[in-house]
Amino acid sequence: MNFISHVRDYFSPSEIVDTSPRISDEVKCTTCYMCACRCGIKVHLRDGAIRYIEGNRDHPVNRGVICAKGASGIMQQASPAKLKQPLRRVGERGSGEFREIEWDEALATAVEWLSPIRATDPKKLAFFTGRDQSQSLTGYWAAQFGTPNFAAHGGFCSVNMAAAGMYTLGGSFWEFGEPDWAHTRFLMMFGVAEDHDSNPIKIALSGLRQRGAKFVSVNPVRTGYSAIADEWIGIRPGTDGLFVLSLVHELLKAEKVDVDYLGRYTNAAWLVVQSPDAPDDGLFARDEAGAPLVLEPSGSLASGMTAGVAARLVGDAALPDGRRAVPVFQLVAERYLDPGYAPEAVADTCGIPAATIRRLATEMADAAFEGEIELAVPWTDWAGRRHETMRGRPVSLHAMRGISAHSNGFQTCRALHLLQILLGTIDAPGGWRYKSPHPKPAPPGPKPAGTPQQVAPGKPLPGIPLGYPLSPEDLVIDAEGKPFRIDKAFSWDAPIAAHGMMHMVIQNAWKGDPYPIDTLFMYMANMAWNSAMNTAETVRMLTDKDPVSGDYRIPRIVYSDTYNSEMVAYADLVLPDTTYLERWDCISLLDRPIGSPDGPADSIRQPVLAPDRDVRPFQDVLIEIGARLGLPGFVTPDGEPRYPGGYPDYIVNHERRPGVGPLAGWRGAEGENAGRGAPNPHQLEHYVANGCFWKHELPEAQLYFKHANKAYLETAVTMGLIDKPEAIVLQLYVEPLQRFRLAGQGHGSILPPETHRERIATYFDPLPFWYMPFEEARIDRGTFPLHALTQRPMQMYHSWHSQNAWLRQILGNNRLFVNRALGRSLGLEEEDWVWLSSHHGRIRVPTKLMDGVNSNTVWTWNAIGKRTGAWNLEPGSPEFRKGFLLNHLISELLPPDGGYSHANADPITGQAAWYDLRVRIDRVAQGETEIIAPLLKTVGHPAGLSRRPGILRYFAGRDREEVGQ
Amino acid sequence: MHPAFSIIFFTTASGAGFALLALLGLGAPLALLPASSSFGFTALAVAIVLAAGGLASSAFHLGRPERAWRAFSQWRSSWLSREGVLSVLTFLPTAAFGVGWVLFGTTGGLVGLCGIFAAGLATATIYCTGMIYASLKPIHQWHNSWVVPNYFALGLMSGFLVLDFLVRLWAPHPIGVPLLTFLVVLAAWWSKERYWRFIDTTSARSTAESATLLGTRGKVRLFESPHTEENYLLKEMGFRVARQHRLRLRRIARLAAFVLPALLTFLGLLFGGGFGGITAGLAVVSAALGLVIERWLFFAEAKHTVTLYYGAEAV
Amino acid sequence: MTSLPESRPHQKKLGLVIDLDICVGCHACATACKEWNASGHMGPLPDFNPYGDGAWGVWFNRIHSFEEGEGEGARTIHFPKSCLHCEEPACVTVCPTGASYKRAEDGIVLVNESICIGCKLCSWACPYGAREFDADEGVMKKCTLCIDRIYNENLTPEDRKPACVMVCPVNARHFGDLGDPDSDVSELVARRSGGDLMPELGYKPINKYLPPRSGRMAPSAAAVAASAKAASTGDKLLRWVDRLLSR
Repeated sequence: MNFISHVRDYFSPSEIVDTSPRISDEVKCTTCYMCACRCGIKVHLRDGAIRYIEGNRDHPVNRGVICAKGASGIMQQASPAKLKQPLRRVGERGSGEFREIEWDEALATAVEWLSPIRATDPKKLAFFTGRDQSQSLTGYWAAQFGTPNFAAHGGFCSVNMAAAGMYTLGGSFWEFGEPDWAHTRFLMMFGVAEDHDSNPIKIALSGLRQRGAKFVSVNPVRTGYSAIADEWIGIRPGTDGLFVLSLVHELLKAEKVDVDYLGRYTNAAWLVVQSPDAPDDGLFARDEAGAPLVLEPSGSLASGMTAGVAARLVGDAALPDGRRAVPVFQLVAERYLDPGYAPEAVADTCGIPAATIRRLATEMADAAFEGEIELAVPWTDWAGRRHETMRGRPVSLHAMRGISAHSNGFQTCRALHLLQILLGTIDAPGGWRYKSPHPKPAPPGPKPAGTPQQVAPGKPLPGIPLGYPLSPEDLVIDAEGKPFRIDKAFSWDAPIAAHGMMHMVIQNAWKGDPYPIDTLFMYMANMAWNSAMNTAETVRMLTDKDPVSGDYRIPRIVYSDTYNSEMVAYADLVLPDTTYLERWDCISLLDRPIGSPDGPADSIRQPVLAPDRDVRPFQDVLIEIGARLGLPGFVTPDGEPRYPGGYPDYIVNHERRPGVGPLAGWRGAEGENAGRGAPNPHQLEHYVANGCFWKHELPEAQLYFKHANKAYLETAVTMGLIDKPEAIVLQLYVEPLQRFRLAGQGHGSILPPETHRERIATYFDPLPFWYMPFEEARIDRGTFPLHALTQRPMQMYHSWHSQNAWLRQILGNNRLFVNRALGRSLGLEEEDWVWLSSHHGRIRVPTKLMDGVNSNTVWTWNAIGKRTGAWNLEPGSPEFRKGFLLNHLISELLPPDGGYSHANADPITGQAAWYDLRVRIDRVAQGETEIIAPLLKTVGHPAGLSRRPGILRYFAGRDREEVGQ
Repeated sequence: MHPAFSIIFFTTASGAGFALLALLGLGAPLALLPASSSFGFTALAVAIVLAAGGLASSAFHLGRPERAWRAFSQWRSSWLSREGVLSVLTFLPTAAFGVGWVLFGTTGGLVGLCGIFAAGLATATIYCTGMIYASLKPIHQWHNSWVVPNYFALGLMSGFLVLDFLVRLWAPHPIGVPLLTFLVVLAAWWSKERYWRFIDTTSARSTAESATLLGTRGKVRLFESPHTEENYLLKEMGFRVARQHRLRLRRIARLAAFVLPALLTFLGLLFGGGFGGITAGLAVVSAALGLVIERWLFFAEAKHTVTLYYGAEAV
Repeated sequence: MTSLPESRPHQKKLGLVIDLDICVGCHACATACKEWNASGHMGPLPDFNPYGDGAWGVWFNRIHSFEEGEGEGARTIHFPKSCLHCEEPACVTVCPTGASYKRAEDGIVLVNESICIGCKLCSWACPYGAREFDADEGVMKKCTLCIDRIYNENLTPEDRKPACVMVCPVNARHFGDLGDPDSDVSELVARRSGGDLMPELGYKPINKYLPPRSGRMAPSAAAVAASAKAASTGDKLLRWVDRLLSR
């Protein structure tokens, strides 16, 4: 029988497949860290190794899905680029020559360097973080140290969005607000590639498709979301503001404006002083109590804060002193009804046909007014009036980097908000909703700490050195009006630089302008590569020495990172961080939270694996250093460490305000409080038991009109989200901007320098307007006829993934994408190499022709190119020889204008204007090598990195029967 | 398709070997060949070495050559399995035939019958080899009615050329063999030219449009490959050879596999003797070179439908 | 056994439905497949020269991106592709050892790694590029339709789906019995006119692709007509003079 069955098996083999194999011995929830989406994940472990990472179905952000990056976490953990030991530089910066040291020595060194700075001149410490999901801690630490020189990376990322939103609505795009996915009928997205809030957007777009809602994507490039949009508008970069204001023009003309909404929730009726040359021209007319005035039909004036007062939209008011004032709405209508904003007038500039603009305005109006929706949910407004339903106009907008990264980004984003407000869609059903902890008051607080009066040896700052200036008094400048911060944020260079200007730090420190610093302390910020404009120069500045003293111009650099990025070799002291699977962490309401429109939420990370090398979570290290330095917030009155348990101890026990700490869930001794409550020693256990997140569901009656919803406002106070249960009035007209403008016009005691007067007077317009981006305006547009952009691909997040063995197979190098018709006219074949030049530099790159891109635009994937020697990749890897950065073409400074070089940035916020880049294409000569140029010299790397395997055979656990080896 | 030398050697060598075997198995019983057992031994040895050597070479192409014995089991559905089974079966009557001829000095009767069986099985083996390729629908340059006849023609041609050379070592002035050889070379040449014309002028029905269900809005073009580097599919099935290069190789193959052997065979037919032996020998060498190039091209010029997903507009 | 299984009544034909109308090309399904299978039924899925030039590896699911047409009306389509578990898979019949087989009970096409000889003929026979050679182990590997998930008693019923389906953030992937005309997937295919890739080759793939919906990029006639009506002139500001707001 045995023989026969063998024969049978030979001719008819069958396989018994184990259909119920053991998957894992243990499942741990935590939060992903591949991008700023912060999806909830479940990490399955088998025999101590990661078997599988999947999305957590119960998590409010991603509801069980995960993206390519999250699903590749295994390879992020397995990367041989991981740093393994603290390092002390022994060779020249960039040589990679380090001495491996113990943590004791590393911490002692850091303290040895930082202590004297604190004791003599705290601002000589510049502390800037790239991976800024610990801003609440790092900003607090900087304030305790007493240095004004702190920011995260928002200044070169998204501050235009944040600031425009906060001053207008007390909320913003990005991940602080989202369309009402369940109810919206018409969504228009601007400048969105794969980006923050990525998985929720994907889930939502699928839902829109199911419901038959229309999705229009305004983006120069047609990939990703734009590929599946119902309509793709291939706009010319930097002109979105003009397009949007043209839509506003059409809506005003057709009277498709929600007058009711404007009256109840905005400052549309507030009177604006019209008295040219007066020091309060353009400010609101206010009564003695300081309340803004409105014009009643009778012609008399009344307080604009009183409920029920009928006010005029248009009309001349006579102020008590006889001067004239007009309602905000009149200024809005006058400006945007101007024929200069008509579709015909803007079509050529935007690259969108006038008929299309007109049609989109019509569709938008139709969806908003004819498609008005009503939810049968009674609610009470700020004045105590009960409404039986929640009425909404189901048109929503979403916008990202494509709007922000321009020198006109702030005003463009303001234009978007204006459009939303005129349609009555802010926090209305079907419109755009605040995500918790927003809305905050508009204009927002606090003001930035770190003014000269507040900085002194050994003294902590009274608050975080970032904030929202409301007038020149709030600027962080010295007695002569010169910048006081090393990045010149909150100076006349960039008055509302709410997120700081990290991209200016190295250049200013090198120049010693406004002053030299002693130590540059950075966390996860690849300033020596893709996070810098003008990369080669930035690298030079890091290694430049003072010819007299022989010291580096930036004397000391302390850097923390998980992987061997291009920046590591330039640090003098390297503090290696853990991976996201090896640490405690919190995604806090005080920081960049994961809150939803339906209620606040926050989450944690818990260690899933123990590190297999001598690394420590950066936050633990920072707290330890803080304690050793004796920073008040980090030591008890007796001088003992306040958080001896490190970051998890801080997370649970730190109170930023009484009862308000990093995590809002399960506060109070028994874990019975939400938002505000005493520290709960078991708080983290609750989180872990709940899948590492906390979510509070607001009652139905509090879900919309939060800015004017009495019950919500009271809840928000109880939970510590806002301080007072006052209505937040949406600011069509942003008065703080006018205060700065008045200074630009010569009014007041704090005036900008002559070189800045006209600029301040021009751009600090309290109503949005469009202007040509600066670089475009200053270069010869004939010589540099094309726009150049980058986009983030869906499977890589900035420079965080080339060390990932799976993801780099998908995208190991990038190409410059060129419109096919444009390419043909230049004589390009499908994959030729070209020289790409800007006013600042030139690079040699491979191209690819494509159809779906604006005909005046070239683009590439963001941050794929790497520098030879970094990331523990073999020399000869495609990232080094075929991958390239556009950064080499971008300068921090604009071409000089009247002798002064202004920053290549938004004049209001200082946001780095990456996407203003203008270029030309020239074909390479016959026979030129097909390697990218410039090719920076190989950067050194620490000796102790892991060996790169030639074959990766990842398999979790060893219970698999080896197949006939 | 990626031209693997182990496979190229396999098909050319075993094509020649099995064809030669068939010729011996038919020719000897019909008394068309030298009857001596030394001839029988030598010729059969050459045939078996070529056939078996080719087969062994093909095993090197395998990921798990130690399991090659399993390849005989699925003859019900697989041409590769059939080829394996038949090739092994061929050796059985061949062995009997060889024993009979070499040890007993006879090629008639039962021994002859074994020879004819061997010839039949050898022919069937070549057929199976051709069908391995011809049965593959995704490769238009293989899935057509020229491929199997070409395998036969080229196999037969190489068999005849070897036979012609070997025969001359025993019979210095042959007529029939070289004449047939000459005709077969011409026939094979014609067959190959028609094949090349066929693949130059036709494409598969499959297009990038049918591969993707797209195309209502216009031509389908690859925008981004799934990987920026290569992958197994491209390495194995994405091989491309530039037009100039392939035309040049065809010219060399034409010359080496057909023109020179035809000429040399004809000269051998005319003059015979030692000179004929040399020309026949040179013809074999030239044909071997030419056939390796021809077979290399057979792979290199073959396009697989998977390339439609990687930017090919047609296959 | 490389002869195809006999067709049974109510033959279960498990497969996937891929919606090209909504795929945004995020590659989540490609890497979720890779991570699941790396330690799964056919694992490991090796990667060669993973940190160097020419890195390549064994993947079962890949995402291509295409452009269709030029200019007005053209579009970009993101296109995931993995084994289609054909009804008449030549990859099964060409296999000389019987390692490549199609299951009678549900139609899944698998590779029996312990008897595969790595001759690669199946990968030649597959027009779609679904078969991968593991150059390290010398055997062929392919999508298993997550055979180690879909019946796995260690998973909750709602999780008994292929990893690529579980993960898709836009819900572009669906799993089910395409042999059952009343199943969700069959209804989806019927409603959206799902089709076969390269039907002319006759492999009868089970996986279906839903084409992008036509007319997406064109605005409705009503909206166009309405916008033409809206164009007019006159001093618009005057119209607001009598309007009142109320707080």
